Amino acid sequence: MTASDLNTLTRTWSGSHGTEPFGELDLRLTDTCLRDGSHHKRHQFTATEVHDIVEALDSSGIPVIEVTHGDGLGGSSFNYGFSRTPEQELIRIAAETAKRAKIAFLMLPGVGTKDDIRAAQDNGGQICRIATHCTEADTSIQHFGLARELGLETVGFLMMSHTQAPEVLAKQARIMVDAGCQCVYVVDSAGALIMEQTADRVAAVVAEIGDQADVGFHGHENLALGVANTVAAARAGATQIDGSVRRFGAGAGNTPLEAFIGVCDKLGWRTGVDFLQIVDASEDVIKPAMPEECELNRMTLMMGYAGVYSSFLKHAGNAAERYGVSGAKILLEAGRRKLIGGQEDQLIDIALLLKAEQDKQAANA
Amino acid sequence: MAKDKLTAAIVGPGNIGTDLMYKLLRSEVVEPRWMIGVDPSSEGLKLAAGQGLEASHEGVDWLLKQDVLPDLIFEATSAYVHREYAPRYEEAGIRAVDLTPAAIGPAVIPPVNGETHVDAMNVNMITCGGQATIPMVAAVSRVAPVSYAEIVASVSSMSAGPGTRANIDEFTRTTSAGVRDIGGATEGKAIIILNPAEPPMIMRDTIFCAADPDADRDAIIASVHAMEKAVQEYVPGYRLLQEPQLDEPSAATRGALKVSIFVEVEGAGDFLPPYAGNLDIMTAAAARVGDNIARSILAGSN
Repeated sequence: MTASDLNTLTRTWSGSHGTEPFGELDLRLTDTCLRDGSHHKRHQFTATEVHDIVEALDSSGIPVIEVTHGDGLGGSSFNYGFSRTPEQELIRIAAETAKRAKIAFLMLPGVGTKDDIRAAQDNGGQICRIATHCTEADTSIQHFGLARELGLETVGFLMMSHTQAPEVLAKQARIMVDAGCQCVYVVDSAGALIMEQTADRVAAVVAEIGDQADVGFHGHENLALGVANTVAAARAGATQIDGSVRRFGAGAGNTPLEAFIGVCDKLGWRTGVDFLQIVDASEDVIKPAMPEECELNRMTLMMGYAGVYSSFLKHAGNAAERYGVSGAKILLEAGRRKLIGGQEDQLIDIALLLKAEQDKQAANA
Repeated sequence: MAKDKLTAAIVGPGNIGTDLMYKLLRSEVVEPRWMIGVDPSSEGLKLAAGQGLEASHEGVDWLLKQDVLPDLIFEATSAYVHREYAPRYEEAGIRAVDLTPAAIGPAVIPPVNGETHVDAMNVNMITCGGQATIPMVAAVSRVAPVSYAEIVASVSSMSAGPGTRANIDEFTRTTSAGVRDIGGATEGKAIIILNPAEPPMIMRDTIFCAADPDADRDAIIASVHAMEKAVQEYVPGYRLLQEPQLDEPSAATRGALKVSIFVEVEGAGDFLPPYAGNLDIMTAAAARVGDNIARSILAGSN
């Protein structure tokens, strides 16, 4: 196979959805600065920031923009951090600001409820993205049912996809699609997948549901493979792609969307996004809203290496600081315990055990 | 002749009903006499027959036609079934302890309001997460005003049955309401996580309370420890994983004294495996509530 063969995508967004309303797209992109980035921002987005970011992304041609608390609808809590501005208000502002882009929102069964989905739709949300751990898809059935009944577009998220074999993910994807899900994402929540592993997972999901639904990929940068994994996913048949401009997301951040858009331009994959405009948006609008850049460091590398849910980063940092223990050790233990998304509370327990161990050693020294 | 035990029927011979049977067999005041199902091949019915119970797969209709009726029915089927049959239990004068989320009668958490509803014809056991966490919310709220309480229940995927999975919103809604109404918090929130790790994780629960900034810190800690002991009376595997953690009021705690309580619930392993502490605490609490009702009735009739 030559390099140019590889660049011809077997599945494209317009291939299954036609051209409306964004022209011919090979890949449909979703920016998640305002949802996954909410973790990095410690859920402190202001109304103005959301307005400005949506305006910039929308005018660059990003077709879908996700806006919610990092942990989805109802995530504002002690466990995950309280929102500075109620997420429903942010969804409303985003929907009022976007001229072309659709506004998506995330919900996790067990955290949010059907009432939250209804409220998000009332505020202008059009795409309901429902996330479960990648073995627990059957907890989303009632929510997909409601979302379709309400006329919402639906997306399913199989989180922590690196923990399961491709055929397990395919079966879970089947459960979601049978429940009304229109696109299942392979979600590399820990940024732990390597390209071939990504491609195998996407291909298995495509083989199972590809004739009835789309397949998507959501990557993280904890091993610096966000763009590479996403390219592999597209070649394996994913037609919906997540990322965040400037990586603005949990852990070391999401797939940097502007870089991926540049790569797509070079490969001849149509995203409908203007590269120069999105690069300007990154510098002029996204960067000023970020508390700091999303970087590869001791903590974030550990997450990709040990397969830890990216949103644990800030919470492990808080617990490390509060109890004077190593944040990296907290993350390693979280990986050993096989904690999954949502179990942020257990990081405090781990920190207390590390502290007890540390105090004991100090007493013996 | 004065009775020394109330008779009971367990309706629903699944995991919960079977585990409950073993607990009731140890009761001093409740005698499990019937196990009722609808499937002749049910393992639970066979186990019940082996323990000397009258086991029938002909359902509640059969039970209600018998000459001698039970004093108590423990409902371990589904909310749907219980809603259908609860009026008939009441008509027949049978008290019901409801382990489904039907929530027809008042909710009971044994160490918090266990004596309050002993006269009710129907009492509900809320949810496993509620049974594990509401006692701790109440432990804080009985010594300090709690404006908001939030609970996070993590259970093994293996222990979450199809009913829970199909209606996870019911769990969050019912538990949140219990945190508020029985736990004593002005506002309540509940989160549930199903973790598929192998070997299966033992149920863990975290309780966060936003307490009054001027609350008596020592009183909170003492109250939490006392509540641990009160729950251990009927769930021996219920334990604090850490000392309660107090975070002084700040912007991050929204100006409240943040109390964080970490518990683990290891089951007694009667029928369900020990990691399924979430199911054990439901059956143990139901058995406890049955005992309370029985003692109250026996005291009245003797």
